[in-house]
Amino acid sequence: MRDVSDEHPQPRATGDSTPAESHPANGANVVLDDVGIRRALTRIAHEIVERNEDLSRLYLVAVPNGGVPLARQLAENLRSIADEDVTIGILDTTLYRDDLVTRAERPRLRRTEMPSVVDERVVILVDDVASTGRTIRAAMDALMDFGRPRSVQVVALVDRGHRELPIRIDYVGKNIPTREEDLVLLEGEDGHLEGPLRVVVQPGGRKEETS
Amino acid sequence: MIATDLIGIESLERGDIELILETAERMQELGERQVKKVPTLRGRTIVNLFFEPSTRTRTSFEIAGKRLSADVINFSTSSSSLSKRESILDTARTLDAMQPDAVVVRHDVAGVPKRIADVLAAPVINAGDGAHEHPTQALLDLLTVKQEKGRIDGLTVTIVGDIVHSRVARSNIYGFLKMGAEVRVAGPPTMLPPAVETLGVKAFTSMREALEGADVVMALRIQLEREAGALFPSIREYAETFGLSRASLRFAKDDAIVMHPGPVNRGVELSHDLADHRPSVILDQVRNGVALRMAVLYLLAGRERAAEEEEAR
Repeated sequence: MRDVSDEHPQPRATGDSTPAESHPANGANVVLDDVGIRRALTRIAHEIVERNEDLSRLYLVAVPNGGVPLARQLAENLRSIADEDVTIGILDTTLYRDDLVTRAERPRLRRTEMPSVVDERVVILVDDVASTGRTIRAAMDALMDFGRPRSVQVVALVDRGHRELPIRIDYVGKNIPTREEDLVLLEGEDGHLEGPLRVVVQPGGRKEETS
Repeated sequence: MIATDLIGIESLERGDIELILETAERMQELGERQVKKVPTLRGRTIVNLFFEPSTRTRTSFEIAGKRLSADVINFSTSSSSLSKRESILDTARTLDAMQPDAVVVRHDVAGVPKRIADVLAAPVINAGDGAHEHPTQALLDLLTVKQEKGRIDGLTVTIVGDIVHSRVARSNIYGFLKMGAEVRVAGPPTMLPPAVETLGVKAFTSMREALEGADVVMALRIQLEREAGALFPSIREYAETFGLSRASLRFAKDDAIVMHPGPVNRGVELSHDLADHRPSVILDQVRNGVALRMAVLYLLAGRERAAEEEEAR
């Protein structure tokens, strides 16, 4: 995997960023603010254009919920860079998870909307935070039920490491070293993934969360 | 979900109903795919334990289980050979030893699913017990109304027919009331439970009054063999007084929908043209039944009983 985080060498690359950069509520650290997210998605859009000759085959498939606003931004970027209207799909991976057996409560299902056929398309899965690789594995299985893509590539805004499966992320917004028990979240204002977004790390936060 | 079993709507919280409906709405998308199967319940076993003949409900559960990749076993038996309480529980214990992950029970005696749940480790889903409840039917009706009307809260729902003997009516009364609708029941006096108004519904013997301003009209199936002559003088008279037609429907709201749990006695509960065309949504109900039962199986199958529940048994 390419280490694209070199392009933002300092942990706080955006010196001009918001005050939230410091320490907001519940001990969480903002590791990527809205400006940083936009820059990362601009760069990723350029990389997608660079690596894919036939942009008309592209199909951005977001893993909800975090992947959805990121895919929209990527589509917007691709439109302005390459004048290409890229289809966006939403693919919930919950029914394909490998941990449903062991969980006491069944997780809530999220929306799936696949407006276009998958066959012969270059599908770019878009997720907010990549870690174990299990969500991407589930997303690939789900995708194959919709058809036979020409190829599949993966975008993650943040790669936090701790991979448990042989999954490669093709486009990484930022590599963020974490401890396994840390919780890494993409969040917006008032719990909505609209408007300005940021990525926060809550040290030890994974114990309470089951994500 | 708080409980392990789905025995009736009466014991559900509004939040439980909302979770089931939301899950079912997500499941509907699967029905539109070419490959309609997901691996969610792979390696799980669901037993359809039907003591009363049923093709529609059993098939709906069977398709739902199979779309989630569960192995579905149909265990049908007539209730006459199992009329003794001991033998029902023996059957349940035998089944339990086979370690199913969910058991779907239908029986013509009220309370049997609950009794079976008391001896089974696996979650029990009631698929209709006597005149008690038929929770998945009510939930699929709620789902259908929610999708047709965009809401349930504040609607007026009129249920027409044999209210006193109908588990569909009872489950729907609980369900629609919990979701904030106004519920009316209508039928000949012999078909209305004596103190039905204590449930929180309004009872009518006049169709015109019952339908006035209704958003949803639900006709119940008349058991022709059993009821004609006993509860009402003749089928023809019932059809003329309580049968729904485009003419009687004019008292309801202009955009009212017509529902029926099926199978319809054409020309009795519904006129022929109503049975097949909008505003009736009968086939949507059937379609939603699969998604709804997938939701229930997803939420319950394979779940362990909570420790306190285990102790209480």
